Amino acid sequence: MADVAIPRAKPQISEDSAWTQLKHNRNWLGFWFMVPAMAFLIFFLAYPLGLGIWLSFTDTRIGRVGHFVATENYEWLWDDSIFWLSVFNTLLYTFVASALKFAIGLYLALLLNENMPFKAMLRAMVLIPFIVPTVLSALAFWWIFDSQFSIISWSLRHLGLIDQNINFLGDTTWARICVIFANIWRGVPFVAITLLAGLQTVSPSLYEAATLDGATRWQNFRFITYPLLTPIIAVVMTFSVLFTFTDFQLIWAMTRGGPVNATHLMATLSYQRAIIAGQLGEGAAISSAMIPFLLAAIMVSWFGLQRRKWQQGENND
Amino acid sequence: MTDLPAAKVDLKTVISSPARVDNSEGMSYLQSVPRRLVTLYLPLTIIVVVLLFPFYWMALTSVKPDDQLLDLDKYNPFWTWNPTFKHFHKLLFESYYPHWLWNTMYVAICATILSIIASVLAAYAIVRLRYKGANLVGGLIFLAYLVPPSILFIPLATVVFQYGLFDSPLALILTYPTILIPFSTWLLMGYFKTIPFELEECALIDGASRWQILIKIVLPLAIPGLISAFIFCFTLCWNEFIYALTFLQSTSNKTVPVAIVNEFVDGDIYRWGSLMAGALAGSLPLVILYAFFVEHYVSAMTGAVKE
Repeated sequence: MADVAIPRAKPQISEDSAWTQLKHNRNWLGFWFMVPAMAFLIFFLAYPLGLGIWLSFTDTRIGRVGHFVATENYEWLWDDSIFWLSVFNTLLYTFVASALKFAIGLYLALLLNENMPFKAMLRAMVLIPFIVPTVLSALAFWWIFDSQFSIISWSLRHLGLIDQNINFLGDTTWARICVIFANIWRGVPFVAITLLAGLQTVSPSLYEAATLDGATRWQNFRFITYPLLTPIIAVVMTFSVLFTFTDFQLIWAMTRGGPVNATHLMATLSYQRAIIAGQLGEGAAISSAMIPFLLAAIMVSWFGLQRRKWQQGENND
Repeated sequence: MTDLPAAKVDLKTVISSPARVDNSEGMSYLQSVPRRLVTLYLPLTIIVVVLLFPFYWMALTSVKPDDQLLDLDKYNPFWTWNPTFKHFHKLLFESYYPHWLWNTMYVAICATILSIIASVLAAYAIVRLRYKGANLVGGLIFLAYLVPPSILFIPLATVVFQYGLFDSPLALILTYPTILIPFSTWLLMGYFKTIPFELEECALIDGASRWQILIKIVLPLAIPGLISAFIFCFTLCWNEFIYALTFLQSTSNKTVPVAIVNEFVDGDIYRWGSLMAGALAGSLPLVILYAFFVEHYVSAMTGAVKE
């Protein structure tokens, strides 16, 4: 309706002064309203994004303006075994943590969806790991996984399962397991609570009808819950993968990439090279190398959203 | 004739009341109590205990005397009978901790307010002004949400340095909105869409300007959304680490997460008590805020994902 009305109103508007037009024209008004948000996003997001890619083609260091060196940084990284180790770590970390976060999160959401006493309080408690700053809970994990005073080692020793303390963060395999565990611990509440919100929109009558038709609990889940949840699962998992892939603070607080670079992710490696070692160009090349992976994740999200529209047969408004 | 209304009412209660009972109980009566114990309460208890144990451990460590912290064999490590506030005392009176708390609070509140103002204007323009290209801009803002800080901090560090903002809280106040604006714009767009169009049309006919409509009609109706956005943004700011780590240098300017990781981690074997006390004190403000606004948190989280 509004679109039809605009051309008819136009001749009248064009007779107004330029100032009135700036004040009342829909497009100009929209522009003024967008200025603050756009200013922030352009100066501190779009510009740095471009600058980062440019920096990755220069040999900039802290305190020295760089020169264009074409793809030298990337060639350098191509032969750098630590870089490839960090890529491997990042993929392993993302894949294992996201898969388990999804499995445990979905399971927890299904459990929380049941009727039980103190339901609201339980849900509130489950979300606490998500609220507490990651670094601070990572410090708690650092203490829990301490090599000498770990409470886990102590408990296992007293249960008679092990003879010596486990060197949780000093052994490469254990260190990987520990950071992945901490990441899962932090991510599960988010996945569970968002999936729970999705579950609550599923009408109970569907389950009742299916149960009357003789469906088992598994069939209820497989043919009702899962298909109706797919769109929200797609979005949640995209976010989860994205934020796990670019994780920095958990690793930095727990291991700083050690032992022997076994837990270095691409983000921590780029911080170490760029800020600590001062090689801004090389660090920028490492973080730019994350972009293709992020694009892949965004594509998945986009197709997930498309599917949602298609399922509901309606636009989003 | 007299029977008819009564029959109608009766029919209604018959139809509606079992449905209500059914909703509250669901199909759970199909399961026996022992089965529910094993399939529901047991796994739930395990998961909740694992999720909350680190906080218990954090709290316990922060009040344990030093000798009990390191001697696991003489004392039961899971409890303490003589709690001490020594670690908190050290934190508050012998370190910059109050400074750090103040910095974190200051940065978080300023960045949140800036972002909310920018997001309200942007979301209103995208949803209701529907200027040319509004949908495209909405999509771009969603994409901005997906750009993580870990690929931006290196170029942003050079930008911050160029503008002379290095080591100043202003650097964080200006860069945090890039994380917050996409999220809160998206959230508020969802809230604004639920406000009836007719209200605005009435106001327009009565001669209100767009600005008046926004201030006097849309914002009062979107208060739950504003609270959600505010709390969530505040939490994100408090939680932010990599920018604060990169852009701040002097000890007294740091925010809580960065300061605890950098300043408290020394060679001292007795550091654990004050480290955990610092972590606990740094999380408490958020947990208290969360306790009061649980519903808003959840709607913020799910709202931003659903839209």
